Amino acid sequence: MSEVVKKFMYLNRKAPYGTIYAWEALEVVLIGAAFDQDVSVMFLDDGVFQLTKGQDTKAIGMKNFSPTFRTLGDYEVKKIYVDRASLEARGLTEDDLVEIAWEDFETEEEIENIVEVVDSARVSELMNESDAIFSF
Amino acid sequence: MSILHTINKSPFERNALESCLKFASDGSAVLLFEDGVYAALQGTAVEPHVSGALGRLKVYVLGPDLQARGFSAERIIEGISVVDYAGFVDLAAENGKVQAWL
Amino acid sequence: MSDTIEVDGKQFAVDEEGYLANLNDWVPGVANVMAAQDNLELTDEHWDIINFLREYYEEYQIAPAVRVLTKAVGKKLGKDKGNSKYLYSLFPYGPAKQACRFAGLPKPTGCV
Repeated sequence: MSEVVKKFMYLNRKAPYGTIYAWEALEVVLIGAAFDQDVSVMFLDDGVFQLTKGQDTKAIGMKNFSPTFRTLGDYEVKKIYVDRASLEARGLTEDDLVEIAWEDFETEEEIENIVEVVDSARVSELMNESDAIFSF
Repeated sequence: MSILHTINKSPFERNALESCLKFASDGSAVLLFEDGVYAALQGTAVEPHVSGALGRLKVYVLGPDLQARGFSAERIIEGISVVDYAGFVDLAAENGKVQAWL
Repeated sequence: MSDTIEVDGKQFAVDEEGYLANLNDWVPGVANVMAAQDNLELTDEHWDIINFLREYYEEYQIAPAVRVLTKAVGKKLGKDKGNSKYLYSLFPYGPAKQACRFAGLPKPTGCV
């Protein structure tokens, strides 16, 4: 494996279920997590709807992948960002979003919620810092 | 003949809702489903457009799609009715035509 | 690999890699039959992992990749079990792939 660690950003801009993008992106993030790169996941525009609490897809007959976001911490994906302006335009607050915990199994250091709501300037900054952006 | 307008795209991503509200004539029915259900939420940037149309249009939202996306009926704009799949069928039957705003 | 396996006289559909086609069909006998095909006899230690995987799937809707499984097992069942040497000793074809198959789960995300 390469010694050079690249900064990868996965950019999510689509709502879940209406299209396949959200689920495909999540699978790519989980598969890509095996490569020990510096990974961040950004939720922007309708992408913020992917993280809403209480999703229940029984009646529409589709897989509910909302619980799978909570494994991102286990996969060592620790940088999860949500654009505040996107939330506000959609009548949402941080309280509407799932919490994703992270724990270091060696040191037992724990972060209760790694989902970070950031302002637009920070979103731009994070994009500029990335070596590659994968857009979904 | 009355028309049932259906919208299945997010109002934040496409202009289907906007066009539909512009062209739907008074008394028409509008059903929001799939990603279209986001237009029914309170407190969004598009709420004023939707609320403004409620006086002249009957607006419905498909419950199963709302539930799938994590929203209960309490989160939707007052005046919009939640329907199930059977209600969707009834609306299609009651109205002579269905216009899908894809 | 045949397209079905027989458990207690009943046929269960499997995919081309031997994973159970319908997650909800699973009964413990499925694991026993699949293990016998791999020349393994399941012990309590195997069942700890199989049950752990089923619980993990129930909660997260995903079969964990092997290194995630290793960590999570260490946390739940103790550090002596949360290492790949121990897990490979139980499941020689790979703890995530083989144990997930026995547990009736799809192939883990992140496995090729």
